[in-house]
Amino acid sequence: MKYSKLEFSVGCFMLAGIGALLLLAFKVAGLTSNGQGETYTLYAKFDNIGGLKVRSPVKVGGVVVGRVSGISLDPQDQVPLVTLTLNKEVGQFAESSTATILTSGLLGEQYLGLNPGFADEEMGIGVLADGDTIADTQSALILEELIGKFIYSIGDN
Amino acid sequence: MLIDMIGGLGQKGMAAIIALGRAGFMLMHALVGRPQLRKHFPLLIQQLHVVGVQSVAIILVSGLFIGMVLALQGYNVLVDFGAEGSLGPLVSLSLLRELGPVVTALLFAGRAGSALTAELGLMKATEQLSSLEMMGIDPLRRVVAPRFWAGLLSMPLLAFMFSLVGIWGAKLVGVDWLGVDQGEFWSGMQAAVDWQEDVVQGFIKSLVFALLVTWIALFNGIDAEPTAAGISQGTTRTVVHSSLAVLGSDFILTAVMFG
Repeated sequence: MKYSKLEFSVGCFMLAGIGALLLLAFKVAGLTSNGQGETYTLYAKFDNIGGLKVRSPVKVGGVVVGRVSGISLDPQDQVPLVTLTLNKEVGQFAESSTATILTSGLLGEQYLGLNPGFADEEMGIGVLADGDTIADTQSALILEELIGKFIYSIGDN
Repeated sequence: MLIDMIGGLGQKGMAAIIALGRAGFMLMHALVGRPQLRKHFPLLIQQLHVVGVQSVAIILVSGLFIGMVLALQGYNVLVDFGAEGSLGPLVSLSLLRELGPVVTALLFAGRAGSALTAELGLMKATEQLSSLEMMGIDPLRRVVAPRFWAGLLSMPLLAFMFSLVGIWGAKLVGVDWLGVDQGEFWSGMQAAVDWQEDVVQGFIKSLVFALLVTWIALFNGIDAEPTAAGISQGTTRTVVHSSLAVLGSDFILTAVMFG
């Protein structure tokens, strides 16, 4: 039994280290299991994505429903193509939904805002399925461009 | 005169490369081979106790104080901009990415690395290693390997504990003392810290540091001149070299991972 005390303390040490890792993961990094839930993919083309990044949140009315999983340049139209990964549990969006790039606060991070539209079978508006493209998009507001336009319009007057 | 200088420089360079080669041989010889789990596992446990468990106290206390100081300093700057809500991200990111792995490695080099070198150096000076060899036991497999694995296993765990306690210390100072909003502190932290980007890469860093520090410590012990002065030189070399190796490799790792 000479080893048992030693082994006990080493066991406690290992447990404490792994416990610290778990606490860091769940409490500090905010790792949650819903990232592993079922997802589906939508695409959206913008004229200008501003400061949107991969892993930026996709929000509906402020609620996070997914993430931006990829940003690339569409080779045919030469406009940015954003890939959205949305959680299946938030349901499907109508084809008339709009996607906008918004900024949280004046200088905060940029995120993608989804505005749910309505689906109407009589008018031929269905829902967006996996792999569809959101047609109605609005680009990011670029502060420098706005200021430039503003100064230009003052010059005209 | 000049030729002597250049010759000396070349000799020093050669010596450094030869030492590196010997260190590589030592590590390979210690680690490669058929594992004898039943014989070596108790040795590993014992070394984990010496290297890991006995380092816990110093890691926890320094982590707590570093977290508290970070919160205090960060708060003083951030409050000027009304951004004290960013205290959580500031503290957690700097601890997880940099201070956790690096300070743990430096403390580990001072606390456990120097002890490893002194122990091995004395074993060599008193010819314990040679007697093991005489008995047909490979000292590298029996003495060096368990110490190496113990260092490699325990340093990441110690770094996690350091970061966790540091964040807790920052919460003590920031939230409980200076009055940063608790919800803002935690939610800002959770929004800013990414599992893969920050926690996993911090883990990779501390694994690399563990490898470097234990390797340097063990090699300096094995390679020490078997005299009192030689052991003292080896111990000093361990602390100096491993601190430099940790800080230098930290720059390279940061440039590769976050650059």
